[in-house]
This record gives sequence, C-alpha cells and structure tokens, in this order.
Amino acid sequence: MLTKRIIACLDVRDGRVVKGVQFVDIIDAGDPAALAARHAREGADEIVLLDITATYEGRQTLLDTVRRTARELFVPFAVGGGIRSARDAEQVFEAGADKVSVNSAALSDPTLIDTIGRSFGAQAVVVAIDARRDPQAPDPVRDAQVFVQGGRKSAGRRVVEWAREAEARGAGEILLTSMDNDGTRAGFDCELTAAVSESVGIPVIASGGAGTVAHFTDVFARGRADAALAASIFHFGVSSARSLKEELAQAGVSVRLPC
Amino acid sequence: MRVTVIDYKAGNLTSVLKALRYLGAEPDVTDADLSPIEAAERIVLPGVGHFAATERLDATGLTHAIRAAIARDIPFLGICVGMQWLYAGSSEAPEQPGLAHFAAQCTRFPEGDEKVPHVGWNSLEARSNSQLLADVEPGEYVYFTHSYKAPVTANTAAIARYIEPFAAAVERQNVMGVQFHPEKSGETGLKILRNFLGWEAKGTAC
Repeated sequence: MLTKRIIACLDVRDGRVVKGVQFVDIIDAGDPAALAARHAREGADEIVLLDITATYEGRQTLLDTVRRTARELFVPFAVGGGIRSARDAEQVFEAGADKVSVNSAALSDPTLIDTIGRSFGAQAVVVAIDARRDPQAPDPVRDAQVFVQGGRKSAGRRVVEWAREAEARGAGEILLTSMDNDGTRAGFDCELTAAVSESVGIPVIASGGAGTVAHFTDVFARGRADAALAASIFHFGVSSARSLKEELAQAGVSVRLPC
Repeated sequence: MRVTVIDYKAGNLTSVLKALRYLGAEPDVTDADLSPIEAAERIVLPGVGHFAATERLDATGLTHAIRAAIARDIPFLGICVGMQWLYAGSSEAPEQPGLAHFAAQCTRFPEGDEKVPHVGWNSLEARSNSQLLADVEPGEYVYFTHSYKAPVTANTAAIARYIEPFAAAVERQNVMGVQFHPEKSGETGLKILRNFLGWEAKGTAC
C-alpha cells in the first residue's frame, strides 16, 4: 500500500539551517548534513533543503552543502531556492539532489518547468507555491493568491490555476506552503490543500503550520495531501519523524514503519 | 568489483553511483563506449523519464553489447525505466522496442480516482526464491516514482499494489529489474543493491 509521506524540511542560509516564523524572525538550528542524516535515521521519508541565500557566494556554499548532505543520504532528497535556470538545476542534480523545487523563476518563465522535466524527468521537478488566502475574494480559498520573493510580493496569479499549469507543463509534484499558517504550529491549511489536491492529478505536499499529530491526520484526510512537510517540530526535538509516524499509524494513517 | 553503469541521458546518475560506491563497488560510467561492457562484472541500467530515451541504446550499439553481456551471464540490473526496457516495449513510446528479454508490454496506470504518477513509499510482496530480494521481509517499503509499469507474470520477483497489482521487481537468472529506486529506498534499498553486487550464478540443473 502506498503510504503518506512525512518530509523533513531544512531551510538553509549560508550553509546553516535556520527557521523563521511566517518567513521572518530567523533563528539558527544547525548543520544541514547532520540534520538531514538525523531525520533520515529517525524515519523521515524524504528530505527537502530550501536555500534562502541570494548571493553568488551563497550559491557556491549551497552546492557544497548539497554535496555534503547527499553523500550518505539514501532517501529522496529535494533542493530548492533560487533555481533560476536549467543550468542551476543541473548543478544541483550533479551535487546529489534527486529533485529540484522551483518557485519564483518558474512564475517568471513557466517554460523552465518543461525544460527541466525534459532533461531530468517529471519526477525531478517539484513546483513550490507560496500561497495566501485572499480574504477580499468571494471564495478566499479557491481564489488564494500566489506570492513570490519569500512571500513579499503577489505574483498576481491564483494558486489553483498555477498548480494546474505546472502539472500541464510536466511538474511531478506540487509543494504547497500556506504563508498564513507557516511557522505558527497551528495546523495546515486543509481547505486550501484540498482545493489544490483535487484540482491536479499529481501528488501535493502540504506545508506550513505543522504542530501536532492531529494536524497531520487532518491534512491527510480533510486536506487530501499525499505528503506533509514540517521543519521546526523536528529540529528542536519536539517530535521525531518516527514517533510522529507511530502516532499516525495508531490513528489509522498508512505510513512507512518500521523505518 | 567492476560495475558498469550505463548513461543514456535519461536523468541523473549521481544517486545510483553514490549508493554503489557506498557499498564498496567501483562503478564506471559509459554512454557510448562499448569496451567497459565487455569487461564488466555487473551492469546497471538506471533511467527515469520517458521510455523513448532508450532509443539511444540502439543508436549507440549499447543494446547489442548488453544482449551479449547477458548471454555471458553477467548480472544485469535495470532500474525504473531501465527495468521497463527489459520488456518488449511500453505504451509510453510504442514505436520504440525494448530488449524483449521479457515478453510483456509496459502500460500506464489506468485513469481513475488515484493519482498518477505513483510517487512514494510502497510495500513489497517478494517471491521467496528471489536472489535479488533475499532477506527482504514482507511489507518492507521502497520508494517509487513512475506512471508506467510492467504486468505481473511468472518472472515477477515482487508485487506492489497501487490501483492494481504490478511488477515491482522482475528476475530470471542473471537478469533483474526493479521499478522502484533502491538507491533512494533506505536500508531496504541498500540491502537489495548489496544482493545484486553479491549475486552468484545458481546452478541451472533441476
């Protein structure tokens, strides 16, 4: 039986894992390679490393970080943040990533999705969408808006429509982050996740707001998520992926155990 | 051990090479040169993406060289599209023949409520006499990402279930294939790759 995936996310800046609350108030959480290995050992089904560094030196540090992190990691490993071209993607793959996550660059030039997919396969392309409900709209969920530049600027697109276009262009998965919920540990945005998951035929990874086991059961059931991503609840030892999955299994969610 | 990994430009080889090195093998990569295949002790054909990419194997003469190596009893492992290539063909690229080492055709998962591609960790039901999957316990999980699959036949070494039962692994003598990614399947995947590297020909007398 196909299981629901629990994905551990590392936000990395200048080679260190950091964690913010609603994209600000950043604090240090450790070495990416060490943390990735720990998460994999503790049962994470996949590791995502999101780079939030924008400088050239930062890019070289990132490639080095990817290489170091990938070295002894034998679960799927995705890398995102600042991938602007097929060449950027290629470098990240060569450094050992299995998937790249594209966000702003794909919004500026959607053919980037087609190009990377053609060279490396659809399974290697994750389209990350930073989403925020639109409280002014008639349907705040269906009309949720895409944001770029770390959530600072509206992309002027609806989330559901962009997810569909990404799929049509050959994305293998959607990584949907609720900016309203990110870092709050108040739960995933299940309505928004369901709206996207029901609109596309490819897997949707829910992100933003993980705090308790119930949040995960909720996003898998009500949110129809195929996978759920969390960062801070793992970093600070609140919960390991294994203990989370043991509780999920008790709640009737199909997960990979023992892992 | 000389493990030759074949690069036919269908995706990234880094993860496969990394896993083989981690297990103590010394993989070399060839994309057109046939001489490494003639000297190989093991051949691995990875591959993700579109079945049409296997056309390059025919164009470079690799198909012929692989067929000859298989006839010399060199253990061969196809991964993902590399497994599908062992069959007669795939509905993904009907004009492109496979190796036809196994007679069946690969087809897309049927449309329905379930998502396609099949992405994630799924459990294996392995045949008890499989050498490749020796010591893989019932219900161990491996990582899949694919939209096309091979049917269950007499040569199926493990079944996985998604929408319908399909061949997660195939094995007949020295020729093996896995639909999942052992290089991304944690300890279970490493165990399977270790079995492949340690594969010894079984007596065929019976």
